[in-house]
Amino acid sequence: MTPRARLLLALGAVAALALPLVLPSNYAVNVAVMILFSAFLGQAWNIAGGFAGQTSFGHVVFFGTGAYASTILHATWGWNPWLAWPVAALAGGAVGLGIGALAFRAGLRGSYFALVTLAFAEVFRILANSAEFTRGGLGILIKADARAANFQFKDPASLYYIALALVAASLAIAWWLRRSRFGAQLAAIRENEDAARALGIDVLRAKTLCMGISGAMAGAGGTFYAQKYLYIDPSIAFGVEKSVEMLLVSMIGGAGTVFGPLVGAIALGFVGEATRALTSAQGLGLVVYGMILVAIVARLPDGLIGLFARRIRRRGGRDA
Amino acid sequence: MPSIDILLAGIVNGLAAGAVYVLVAVGLTLIYGVLHIVNFAHGSLLMLAMYATYFLFAKAGVDPYAALPIVAGGAFALGYALYRGVIGRFAHGKDENILLITLGLSIALDNLALFLFTGDTQTIDVAHAQRMVEFGPLFLPRAKVIAFAAALAICAALGLWMARSDTGKAIRAVAKERQGARLVGIDVDHVFAVSYGIGIACLGAAACLLMPSFYVSPSSGHAFVLIAFTTVVLGGMGSFPGALAGGFAIGVIESLGGLLLGEQLGQIGISLAFILVLLLRPTGLFGARR
Repeated sequence: MTPRARLLLALGAVAALALPLVLPSNYAVNVAVMILFSAFLGQAWNIAGGFAGQTSFGHVVFFGTGAYASTILHATWGWNPWLAWPVAALAGGAVGLGIGALAFRAGLRGSYFALVTLAFAEVFRILANSAEFTRGGLGILIKADARAANFQFKDPASLYYIALALVAASLAIAWWLRRSRFGAQLAAIRENEDAARALGIDVLRAKTLCMGISGAMAGAGGTFYAQKYLYIDPSIAFGVEKSVEMLLVSMIGGAGTVFGPLVGAIALGFVGEATRALTSAQGLGLVVYGMILVAIVARLPDGLIGLFARRIRRRGGRDA
Repeated sequence: MPSIDILLAGIVNGLAAGAVYVLVAVGLTLIYGVLHIVNFAHGSLLMLAMYATYFLFAKAGVDPYAALPIVAGGAFALGYALYRGVIGRFAHGKDENILLITLGLSIALDNLALFLFTGDTQTIDVAHAQRMVEFGPLFLPRAKVIAFAAALAICAALGLWMARSDTGKAIRAVAKERQGARLVGIDVDHVFAVSYGIGIACLGAAACLLMPSFYVSPSSGHAFVLIAFTTVVLGGMGSFPGALAGGFAIGVIESLGGLLLGEQLGQIGISLAFILVLLLRPTGLFGARR
């Protein structure tokens, strides 16, 4: 890291820590929580979709598995949600390893892999919709009891700091992937899988492991979501919307970069809020949202982070 | 276990439903086969075509079957313009960008429909399409019989056209070898836009055949997207016979799944069949070996 990057990072961290103190309302803090949360989920997607190039349309399956795992343990079996949290991450990771092993063993790549993840999410949604222990389409309510020991908070600022910690952890994982041998293997697989195999990389193992890590992160996200809204049902937990959100923030920000999902989540969060504020007519806000999405892709084919990278490169060129 | 008669009825019903899946999937498979892109806006464009059929009937009194050439033609023009003006222009040659663009288009179109037409479901009542046709022990509404026959006819015509016409040959050439096609003087961007247009025109035809026995709402495209992807993969991406066989297979699987496992759990049949085919035979039933 250059000294300037280190300074920027420190400034960003201080600003993020101080943000709830300056935000005008609980609503604004809530928006910030949702932006951070979608940055975290986007990073989970980015580990598989960006760093390893395994684009998934069904990443929600790990999120939903985690959400259901901790919610069932908590609401049905009476576990403390903090204790159920790591179990949710493990469950998400296990599903990630399982789907990864099945799909990669069958040699699925590109759009085939993307579509099979979508189908797995559908299978999980239908199962959750019909099974007894998930209470079917009714979903599971978590009893409101706002105590920190219960992973429920009266003020949104506490949730903000938990979400911030999640994002920090996800950035650390991405940073480690960037620098580690394992991350280099994933990058090699992304760029040219056959060449990576020829270099002696155990491609199957690396890709499966990466799905496990990504799934565990999304699973942990599921618990956070369930504890924030105190409710989970099959279409929230396994619906295609969350999958789309995860890949959107990551791709708009810049897939395969450490800060891409965070940048994408902030940008899309602002666009979403702005279009919502602009008009209350049903649907119109999202029309603008969709068009802005197309415009971003049209203007910035490498994601928003590409904008910064280009500027830095240009400046670097002039300095040298 | 239900009796043979009920099973038989389930299969016939499934085939009838599958006919429309075939048409939706043929468009998708053409777009995939030529452009190698996953068209996320497919469901939204189907929804738009269904609204067009609905308004032609409700406001102008045009019978949906008479409207078929109009809607299919309009859909072709829309598809061609969409590719030329938006998708091809903004993609910068990157597949991820096409995915994002079609996703953005689908969000915009769905919500535009929600804004303009509200979220209510709309149906049209075409009396002659509701009459029952007898097949031995089975009765089917005429709309489904027409859809079945028309889907077969449209697929056959499209297949023939792809095989014989110059444009069809150009499309196949571009699908096989982009660079080579450009070198022999084929306007590749035009061929892409034409293929996209034809894919969307298939949706227009599907919408006209669908409306007499279905409903439309801003989200009704979604129901078909996953099914269409499943059909395309099941048959082999880019393959017409595959889309045909896949569509009918999906219709039957869905119908029998509902019969044997119940309304809710029955939907699982499609996704499970999809996963099994992908894991066991990733190129699909008719797909070329990669």
